[in-house]
Amino acid sequence: MPELIVNREVVADTFSYLTVEDAVPATGDVIVPLAVWQDQADSLLARGGRTGVWLASDQLAEDLDERVHQADVVAIEFPKFVDGRGFSTAYLLRNRLNYQGELRAIGDILLDQLFYLQRVGFNAFLLPDGKPAAKGLELLEPISVRYQASTDTPSPLFRQLESA
Amino acid sequence: MYVYNDYDQQLVNDRVEQFREQTQRYLAGELEESEFLPLRLQNGLYVQRHAPMLRIAIPYGMLSSLQLRKLADIADEYDRSYGHFSTRQNIQLNWPELERVPDILAELATVQMHAIQTSGNCIRNTTTDQFAGVLADEIVDPRPYCELIRQWSTFHPEFAFLPRKFKIAVNSAESTDRAATRVHDIGVQIIRNNAGELGYRIYAGGGLGRTPVIGQVVSEFVPEKHLLTYLEAIVRVYNQHGRRDNKFKARIKILVRAMGIEKFREKVEAEWAHLKDNDSTLTGNEIKRMQAHFSEPDYADLPATDPAVEQLKADSKGFRNWLERNATAHRVPGYTAITLSLKKTGVAPGDITSKQMRAAADLAERYSFGETRVSHFQNLILADVRVSDLPALWEEAKANGFATPNIGTLTDIICCPGGDFCSLANAKSIPIAEQIQRQFDDLDYVYDLGNLDLNISGCMNACGHHHVGNIGILGVDKKGAEFYQISLGGDSGLDASLGKILGPSFNAEEVPSVIEKIINVYVKERTEEEEFIDTVRRIGIQPFKEQVYA
Ligand code: SF4
Repeated sequence: MPELIVNREVVADTFSYLTVEDAVPATGDVIVPLAVWQDQADSLLARGGRTGVWLASDQLAEDLDERVHQADVVAIEFPKFVDGRGFSTAYLLRNRLNYQGELRAIGDILLDQLFYLQRVGFNAFLLPDGKPAAKGLELLEPISVRYQASTDTPSPLFRQLESA
Repeated sequence: MYVYNDYDQQLVNDRVEQFREQTQRYLAGELEESEFLPLRLQNGLYVQRHAPMLRIAIPYGMLSSLQLRKLADIADEYDRSYGHFSTRQNIQLNWPELERVPDILAELATVQMHAIQTSGNCIRNTTTDQFAGVLADEIVDPRPYCELIRQWSTFHPEFAFLPRKFKIAVNSAESTDRAATRVHDIGVQIIRNNAGELGYRIYAGGGLGRTPVIGQVVSEFVPEKHLLTYLEAIVRVYNQHGRRDNKFKARIKILVRAMGIEKFREKVEAEWAHLKDNDSTLTGNEIKRMQAHFSEPDYADLPATDPAVEQLKADSKGFRNWLERNATAHRVPGYTAITLSLKKTGVAPGDITSKQMRAAADLAERYSFGETRVSHFQNLILADVRVSDLPALWEEAKANGFATPNIGTLTDIICCPGGDFCSLANAKSIPIAEQIQRQFDDLDYVYDLGNLDLNISGCMNACGHHHVGNIGILGVDKKGAEFYQISLGGDSGLDASLGKILGPSFNAEEVPSVIEKIINVYVKERTEEEEFIDTVRRIGIQPFKEQVYA
């Protein structure tokens, strides 16, 4: 069973992840593909149960509009852990669209990437099968110094030191 | 040079522990090979033909004597008592054991060194002019800007899994480009605009490798304080839009070409509009803080010349030759910059023994304020030598194998490790360099030929920068045999150009005589004062072709 970390805690995953072919169930928590979300966001949000949208790695933050703020979750998929597009997508969602809700990394992610993922704005990680969440929590902060700004640190180190 | 504060030190210490833990997990079977791969690469660790290879960062080529001695100790303790300077100002160890790499990193951390991002699909070591700070033709010292880029790019969370590796070079000279910025993913040319304000002309999309391209201008002028946000905009556009389906098409040069420079520029500018003036914008204080790390050493008031030196010049041809090729004019009277050649015939270009590292550290302490620099031409530089010390330094340089007076000439060959070490190689490169050096063993003749870059790569990854050699040699595989393709007319300077392939390739034995034929054409065709590259540009490659394939 893949384990889920949200806000530094291991929690049960109540969401089902739908593809474009899947019918949307009347109730229950679902995360739908971008195309479905774009088409039916309003009716999705009117259902019982929580609703999220997931972006494939070639879908950009700018493909989402204002309705994103009503989503319970935005998930960004990493098809392979070396595909780093999702890092920029997350940054832009947080900093350009100002999305404040849960941002979840799904797909092929490494425990050793959690630090960077967290820095760019993810606060939830669906770990691939076999990757223990307990270990993941240990690896959230391997480096204590952050030179540059990102979502977690809006000001680079040099500014922080100057104003300290 | 830059000295770590507590934060810088904490960061490298943390990294040592992180990598130690990752290595343990890998050895315990908790991390798969494919998962450990990017982690070790981002720490400069390759698995090579014979053993792992560890690439240690030398930010923009600056080394203190303390660091050089530590490298010597590490080479003795963990390797075979030598190292290899790469064409990106770094140093590589060819024989470390994987299990002991964390200990090597711990040793490096004690002298403010690391191997962070020396490999992998991330932002690599920023390189610059090896004569930064000491030549008259410089606008400002580029090193503070390099350090700003180093810190910004170190563990940048968003840009650690780019489509491909990403290299930035900075040049601040007005009339020349010793940093080869036009063949980097981003080239930063420091300039002053008409109003006298400092800023940068930004190039993007240059690169060597299998599709060599000269970078194009993204912005004619980015004001000084906007350096980091502008870089961020470029790298973000690349991270989102660079190709990921084919690693041979993943460099930014392919993206820039596919989009066209106008469209690319538009995207970068649109992204930058959001970032401009945010908190990552440099402050005057921060720029000053960096500049303070590279303040002038304590130069003495000296006469420009020294009678004893003049006398020795008159008496000794060897000394004259050495000065002619290995000395570079300094902006401060009474000082000169000296290149210690690592291109002695019979030694792999860029190789240095631990004994030589210690000797260079001593020389630097005695003659050059305790600092050395590594050039992308794979030599070492003492940047601040008193003219009056030159005779003594010359003797000591000779005694330590550093005095080969061939800098900038045909035998100052840039050469990658090639088939002797590198698992990607099509052919050996080091023995080819040696054969050419042996063929051209008449120093007077080599001098007469003047400036001539000869660059060798063992495969099209082009670590030896063969495309931008005036003469480039590329190892190719022809039905399982090692062959060499020769190109002419490459240049990495301000007037950057890529070499043109001469024709069908040659086997190893043929190479020296082919080079000889090429040189003969040059000698015959050149006009007074024309350097090799000028002649090639004027007459084209046809006359060379005719001779070589006659
Ligand atoms: S050019 Fe090829 S052979 Fe030479 S070091 Fe690079 S990858 Fe290896």
